[in-house]
Order: sequence, then structure tokens, then C-alpha cells
Amino acid sequence: MKTEKTERESLFSPKNMKLITGPLNLNNPITVQVLGICSALAVTAKLKPAIVMTLAVMVVTGFSNLVVSFLRNGIPPRIRIIVQLVVVATLVILVDQLLKAFVFDVSKQLSVFVGLIITNCIIMGRLEAFAMANKPWPAFLDGIGNGLGYGLILITVAFFRELLGSGTLFDIRVIPQSFYNAGYVNNGMMILPPMALITVGVIIWVQRYYKRELIEKK
Amino acid sequence: MYSNRYIFTYAAVLVIVAAAMLSLAAMLLKPFQERNRAIDKMRGILASAQVKNANAGNAISLFNKYIVKELVIDPKGNVINSYSQTPKEDAPAFQLNLKKEYYNKSQHKPYELPLYIAEKDGKTIYIIPMRGTGLWGPIWGNIALTSDFKTVVGVFFDDKSETPGLGGEIAKPKFQKQFIGKTIFDNSGKFTSIDVVKGGIQKLAPTQQIHGVDAISGGTITSKGVDAMLRNVLESYLPYIKKHR
Repeated sequence: MKTEKTERESLFSPKNMKLITGPLNLNNPITVQVLGICSALAVTAKLKPAIVMTLAVMVVTGFSNLVVSFLRNGIPPRIRIIVQLVVVATLVILVDQLLKAFVFDVSKQLSVFVGLIITNCIIMGRLEAFAMANKPWPAFLDGIGNGLGYGLILITVAFFRELLGSGTLFDIRVIPQSFYNAGYVNNGMMILPPMALITVGVIIWVQRYYKRELIEKK
Repeated sequence: MYSNRYIFTYAAVLVIVAAAMLSLAAMLLKPFQERNRAIDKMRGILASAQVKNANAGNAISLFNKYIVKELVIDPKGNVINSYSQTPKEDAPAFQLNLKKEYYNKSQHKPYELPLYIAEKDGKTIYIIPMRGTGLWGPIWGNIALTSDFKTVVGVFFDDKSETPGLGGEIAKPKFQKQFIGKTIFDNSGKFTSIDVVKGGIQKLAPTQQIHGVDAISGGTITSKGVDAMLRNVLESYLPYIKKHR
């Protein structure tokens, strides 16, 4: 494994901070790397599950990157995917157990999706692409950054879907009754998964409009 | 290159460490999880009796307030245990494991059934917990009946893993509201259960529509599961109902 020849740099050096800020925009796992779309569609009908999912994924990406990075020099390459899976699965089950113990309602809402964090391609993607070749601290930051970048999109999508689909935010009514009296109706389509995909599409469009460098050259 | 011995040892140690961590977490968190499950059960029972606004915080006190008696009955309809102390969650009826009891029933072994009696707005409500199978896993719920055991006060369904948007709709108020006011006996006193009808209750004869609700489109197997669960569970209580109505 390659070892970088760097002088001792501070924990939050500009280079390290870039690991966190990069995935928020130019290297976003959902809109740029197009990973983790399935769960982005599934848990974004309301804000609350989206936020809990974000936290859960962030914990799992961060710590699985950290653990795998610690192990990276000892992992036999032939079974590295299996080792990564064991680490991820262990963390996900831990998260699931904690949710069941302390936020039962949310865990019921997320139901199968917590288990599906295991299959979230962001996690395996970052383990292969980053944690296997970098030191623990940058790997941890990369995991947290990607979790955040994933969550940013998730929460944005959930915001629009809950607002337009149910007229609420965090289950609190925000569209005044007078709107409904004047004939406004919640858009039931927004609750359905296809509209989440379209919302993600719109976000990608807006992002590329402002960040021209993301547009693929012909 | 790593030797095979190294690879096997590495895998074995990794798996043992992971297993030890998970077992430890499961053991430490179990009491919290069981507490949550008990509260969830209470909320389901209260929801079927149309007690609104039960949440994780007040479920225990509402449960203690509305539930007046908890019975354990045998298949012949005899009351084995009657419990009316507080806290209500210590009742043998509340502790029964429905999965086990209905498994025993299917194996023609002796089994016991819980029955909750609630007082709400001066009326007596009988609440029967249910358990059955959907498409992907277990489904469960409660059905609340008036004191003559004929009319449905309300129902509550929940599931472990039915498809969201399709079979999972049984857990939504829209599906559950249909049951209110339906009857499980016809006028001659014959048991009819409540049919979950694919294609809608307008397919039934007008006199039968009071014993049916609309199934969920796209959720056929879950709907059938609900139908079978209602029939299987309510049938088990018929001896008791015949003695007491």
C-alpha cells in the first residue's frame, strides 16, 4: 500500500477539509458520482426519516472508512470485499439496534431501509476508492463528507417532497388553511418515488447550470 | 502474497470480533427495545379502540386508564385468567406471545388467547389482538368490537415488511377506516367475519356489503393475508363470544 510522504499536517488542514466540502458540491455522491440513488428515492417522502437516514449513513460511511483504513495494510486483497462487507454489516446492525432502542418510531418508518444501508453503493464505493489507500483520519473525514453530501441531497429532496406533497415540514403544517380554502391541493404525486427521481434530476440540472465544469465534454 | 493460513486466520478473527461486538450490543440494548415494543403494542390496542393521539410518551398512562380488564381465555371460551390491576402491562394476557399461540393452534395443540376490555365514553369495548402472514413477513393488529361483539369499533394493522405503497397500505388510516361500523355476524347471528374483497365491495350482494371492505389494489396477497387473519383469529374467539354476548 502506498504511504504518502507528508509532514505532520494539522487535523483540519485545508487538504483535509476539502475531503468534507468536496462531496457537498463538486464531488457529490448522488448528483455527481450517482451512487445511492435507491435509498434517496425511498426515504425522502418526509424530512424526519431523511435526516435520520442521513445520520445513519454518515455514521456508517465515517466509521467503516475509519475501520477499513486501519485494517488496510493487513487485509488480504483476495478477500478484501468480504472484509469490507463484514465491517459495514456490523456497523449497520449496530445502528439498527441503536435506532430500535432509542428512536423506535423512526426505526419503524425506516424499517427495511436501515438494513439496506449495507447495499448503499456509496459506502462500498468510498471503501474501495479511498479508505483502502489512505490513512485513517482522512478516510474518516472522507466518509463523513460523503455521508453529508448524500444527506444534503436527501434533505433537499425531502424538503420539497414533504412541502408540496403533504403541505408540512417535520409534520408541522406550513401551508396555511386559507390556501386550501382557495382551492390549493397537495400534490399526491410528490409522495410517490418517481417524483423523487425527477427532483434529483432537477437538482443535478441546477447544479450543472452553476458548475459548468461538471458538464461532460462531448 | 498472503498465505492461505493467514487469510483463513484473518477471516476467522474478524468474524469472531464482529460477532462478539454485536452480541454485546444486542444484550445491552435489549431492555430498551423491549420497552419500546411494549409501548408499541399498547398504542396498537388503543388505536383500534379509537383512542386518538396516543404517542410514545402517554401510551402507558392512556393504556392504564382505558383498559379495565385483561383476560386470558382457552379455545373452549373459558376465562383462565382475569386481571384488572395496574400496571396493566404486567397482565398475563399482555405477556402472551401470539406467534406461539397461533402456531400451537395450527398444530392442534392447546393454546391461550388474550382479550382486552376497555371502557371508553361509558361504553364497553372488546379488543382482540390478531396475528397472521402477509406477503413478505408477519402482519398483526387489533380489532375492537362493541359489547355485543357484532360491530367493529375500529381496527389497527401493522406489518413487518410489506411493500410500501402496496401491501404496506394496510397500516394506513385510509384502509383501516373502512372497517368502522362493519359487522362480523349477520342478523341471524351467523359468523361472517369481514371479507377483504378484491375489486371492491360493490361486487358483493348489497346485504353482504356490511361484512366486507375494499382490498388494496396491487396488494392482493397482503389483502388476502388480512382476510385470512381476521377469519382465523375471530373464529378462535367464537366459543367465548357465544357464551358472553
